[in-house]
Amino acid sequence: MTWNIGKSIKRKDAIEKVHGTAKYTADYISPNMLHVKLVTSPHAHARIIKIDISEAEQVEGIQAILLGEPFPLTGDEIQDRPILAFGKVRYQGEPVAVVVAKENYQAKQAANLIKVTYEPLEVIHSPEEAIQSHAKLIHEKLANYKKSDNVYPEPDSNIANRVKIRKGDIKQGWTESDIIIEEEFTIPPSDHLSIETRTVTLEIKRSGEVHMTSSTQAPYRIKEKMSEYFNLEIGNIIVTAPFIGGGFGGKVAIHLELIAYLASKAVGGKPVKLHYTREEDMMTAPGRIGLKAKVKLGARKDGTLTAAKILYLFDSGAYADKSTLLVKAAAATCTGPYKIDHISCDSLAIYTNRPYATAYRGFSHSEILFAFERTMDILAAKLKIDPLSFREKNIILPGHTTPTQVPLNNSSIGNLPACIKKLKEQMNWHEGTFKKIENDIIRVKGISCSWKTSTIGPDASSGVSLLFNPDGSINILSGIVEIGMGAKTTLAQLLAEKMQMDVNKIYIQMEVNTQSTPEHYKTAASRGTLMAGRALLKAADDAMNQLKTIAAQVLICSPDDLEIANEKIYLRDEPETAIPVKEVCYGYKYPNGYTIGGQVIGRGTYSLRQLTNLDKETGIGKTGPEYTVGAQGVEIEFNIKDFTYKIINAYSVIDAGKILNMKTALGQITGGMAMGLNYASGETLLFDDDGLIQNPRIRTYGSFRYGNHPNYIVDFLETPHIDGPFGARGIGESGLIGMPAALANGLSLAINVNLHQLPLTPEQIWKAVKNDDRL
Amino acid sequence: MMIAYDVDYYNPTTIEEATQLFHRLVEEGKKPVYYAGGTEIITLARSERLDLDAIINIKSIHECLLAYSDENEITLGAALSLTQVIKTNFFPLLNQTIAQIADQTSRNQITLGGNICGDIFYREAALPFLITESKAVIANRTGIKEYPFKSIFNQKLQLSNEDLLVQLKVKKNEVNFPFYTVKKRKQWDVGYPLITVAAVKKKEQLKVAFSGLCNFPFHDVNIDKRINDPSLTAKERLDGVLNALSSPVLSDVHGSMDYRHFVLKNLLQEVVDAFKGAKT
Amino acid sequence: MTSRIVTLSINNDQYHVHVRNIDTLLFTIREKIGLTGTKPGCLNGDCGACTVNINGEAIKSCLMLTVEAENKCITTIEGLQDTTIQKAFIEKFAFQCGYCTPGFIMNGNDLIHNEPNASDSMIKSYLESNICRCTGYQEIEEAVKEALTNNNYDNR
Repeated sequence: MTWNIGKSIKRKDAIEKVHGTAKYTADYISPNMLHVKLVTSPHAHARIIKIDISEAEQVEGIQAILLGEPFPLTGDEIQDRPILAFGKVRYQGEPVAVVVAKENYQAKQAANLIKVTYEPLEVIHSPEEAIQSHAKLIHEKLANYKKSDNVYPEPDSNIANRVKIRKGDIKQGWTESDIIIEEEFTIPPSDHLSIETRTVTLEIKRSGEVHMTSSTQAPYRIKEKMSEYFNLEIGNIIVTAPFIGGGFGGKVAIHLELIAYLASKAVGGKPVKLHYTREEDMMTAPGRIGLKAKVKLGARKDGTLTAAKILYLFDSGAYADKSTLLVKAAAATCTGPYKIDHISCDSLAIYTNRPYATAYRGFSHSEILFAFERTMDILAAKLKIDPLSFREKNIILPGHTTPTQVPLNNSSIGNLPACIKKLKEQMNWHEGTFKKIENDIIRVKGISCSWKTSTIGPDASSGVSLLFNPDGSINILSGIVEIGMGAKTTLAQLLAEKMQMDVNKIYIQMEVNTQSTPEHYKTAASRGTLMAGRALLKAADDAMNQLKTIAAQVLICSPDDLEIANEKIYLRDEPETAIPVKEVCYGYKYPNGYTIGGQVIGRGTYSLRQLTNLDKETGIGKTGPEYTVGAQGVEIEFNIKDFTYKIINAYSVIDAGKILNMKTALGQITGGMAMGLNYASGETLLFDDDGLIQNPRIRTYGSFRYGNHPNYIVDFLETPHIDGPFGARGIGESGLIGMPAALANGLSLAINVNLHQLPLTPEQIWKAVKNDDRL
Repeated sequence: MMIAYDVDYYNPTTIEEATQLFHRLVEEGKKPVYYAGGTEIITLARSERLDLDAIINIKSIHECLLAYSDENEITLGAALSLTQVIKTNFFPLLNQTIAQIADQTSRNQITLGGNICGDIFYREAALPFLITESKAVIANRTGIKEYPFKSIFNQKLQLSNEDLLVQLKVKKNEVNFPFYTVKKRKQWDVGYPLITVAAVKKKEQLKVAFSGLCNFPFHDVNIDKRINDPSLTAKERLDGVLNALSSPVLSDVHGSMDYRHFVLKNLLQEVVDAFKGAKT
Repeated sequence: MTSRIVTLSINNDQYHVHVRNIDTLLFTIREKIGLTGTKPGCLNGDCGACTVNINGEAIKSCLMLTVEAENKCITTIEGLQDTTIQKAFIEKFAFQCGYCTPGFIMNGNDLIHNEPNASDSMIKSYLESNICRCTGYQEIEEAVKEALTNNNYDNR
């Protein structure tokens, strides 16, 4: 029986969020808090010659001014980034100095008075430029940086990491091919544009405890990293993550917490606040990675794919951060969800003088799918095969192996053929993909398939505690940060289902506090439901065992004879012999006062199992447990005269494993679709010839507003992931990742010219047509 | 999240008070600004693109808030918000043009005078006044004067430092001519223009004003001539307009120069088509 | 003088606060008065997260000086309790992270009061003043339309 699973249970954070009482980091305000303001680099690449702070020091209210130091260097897999630039700046917006003042405006006044003298250096704009043999080095000391074992920076180059996939025999693959095409694609970097800009408050107590509240998706990783960088006792670092105003991967990076620590330390540990402006959030903080891709693809005449040679040059920007892992994720899923026996792929993280890249919803999957799924469409056209049929013919299935040579089964890969079948129905595929509507208006369809797995640490784990209240209701403590996806409501639903009880009697702590909340590795990679969900089910088992143990003594039976439902513990074959949970969950009191047991506290942890690093030469290894597959499409109304368009319908058929909350699942998919369509169509950072960002504001960035959104048509398949709670798969990114490719495929059809670059603004489309000599 | 500048703030209730105050502040070596909606001043001041140390709010000055229509002309106070102007429904071309500026909530704050006098160079609210018989009412400490709008608007309103734009006036019969206005953006439905045009047809002749094409809004009779020549093809019309331009076509984050040429060509055709059959 | 004491009427409460003349209303509401439901998102009038209601009109509080708001009737998200539109936002799951939500609700609340029979284009004209990054806007559309329907029903 299903109590809650699949139902659209109202979100537990709803009341606070619609009344403006949900607290985000910047909402913590106290009069004694000092304010931190950055001085950032106006150059994309320059040597710092001199910094004059004499005038700034005169400003009223100034408490401290900090400049860069050579150490510590920070970073995710490669420690390459000084907290404040030292010696040189590597991107526009890089923090160079920090002012701490009583009032925010005083800090800003002083920051405006700090005079930095720079000597501009040659700017590297793109990964192609960066890998030229004569290219200026962005990190001269790359070889000396501290790094993880499984990352391979190439000394005296701008290459921060290279992941290789070698499967089968590529030469044989070409021999088997009747047709070979090679295509190149470009995606410039862009920004997450969470509406909440990144913010942190931090204070260092007399005891040495470092307390901070941060808009972070990774509070536990902050603890770990800060302990390492600053040589602090890890238990002394206490991170609170309240509600987060949109993450999308951008708040995985550990960035302004480090600045705030130095700032507080400089003023004797007093509380400080650093609240990024939109401009800082877009330029100084990390964004979405850019990509230059070369895809060479071979097939037989009958449409069977034979070989793929792929070069993914990712634009890491000035520092490596998550790029080394992003290129690994890209390599591991480099061909999209297709069976290809002969694969050679090099996926590189390359330094440039652009804002550095971090995780972004989809974790490089949408970027490589844009390149690969465009190539699939081009090849299908060459072969004169329907693009969906072409994909159906080559789909990766149970029994096949991934590019990293992991064998797949139903549980791990799900059912993509069924997704495609459903997509065909929804899109009325049989009616064709091109239709004239009126004089200058046509309607076109574009599609893409997608797959996504995670690439987080092989040792990642998640824990959940369940604390009973005296009335039998339960408090859930989980380290998942509520970044908007509703994961905490889903956890409550899972517990209600497991305990067969009213979800309204389950409470969940929204805020995460690393001192009192069990660790969840990080709120990223669509891992919340799997990891925290499994931990929760285990904690529930633990709690139920405790309840049964006490109840068995009262009911004079074995705990094995007992079941729990409706907040009662009862004999399995004699349900009327029962005791309410509330009489047991705080210990059972006999009439004479004797008591057995105390508050029931359930605990559970879950770790990802049998994941490995990838072999340096072949890429053999397993990055994630399961795949979420999907088939997606768009229907576009396109004006052939002026190249403007409107996305009318957007489709997703996702194999979700199991839907836990229908409305939040739909919200994840449609929100992801909007985000994917938005960055594919309009959003981008625009750079001038000096590498300077021309549009660091929402006004000129190109985001969707109400009315730009399409109709969303979403459907789910439920092929269980056996390890997932009730069979669920991660779906937080699946709405996004096929959208750029689908949009580009549709628009390429509209103009009968192959599009190779995002974003697909009318001007970009006009350029592609113009360069095709048709205007 | 703050503006670093410290400023004095004044809220005068008469034109005389405001203009005397402005003069006095200048004499004292201050950098005052007249302030109405504030949207541009606040955004520019926050990002240190505007230097000021005194704000004179003109939204309490009666004349700046008037909106009325008499026998001969329509009068619109410079401190009326775009939303208030739209609600008067006095000047349909103006309504439609300014209804495309920014977004609805921002239009509750942006003022007619603020848009016309702004540093941000689109100044789309000026376009309808450039192609109609209109006047600008301008005050300084020497008094209040009316100027034909066209005579005093060259790229921007040619105000001296101490001048205050009080009102805009337009001849009543002018607002009944057939008109067309359209804004082309880089993409989507909110934001700065790639090109905005406003056009009226008067005595069988089109008058067309542009914003976003160059780094100032303008109306040019030489361009009107090309557009009005029925013998020209779309391409010839475009070439004619480009040749008549006194300044280079913009190339910026919204679009390259070449792309603006392409958009302009389509746009000119659209304007000509829109007036087909319109009697004046 | 570059600062002064102002009296503000917010959600029918009077506040006397010392402000810099250049302080925006957003800053004062949040930092001086402590009503943090009004959110900073861009400080540039672009995102609408800071939308409040002033004398019956939606206003981006990042683009208004505090000194301008004296003698005006200010309503923030905290001034709305269990309104039709708030209920509809919950019902339709019209928020995720919730950060843009107060702005959307303030704006949507104006819409249903000013334009009870709003057309689709009128709804668009109002709601395109705000940006949401989590939803695909469809849930917001559903919520606003439901609020329009329910509000008209309640007012009959």
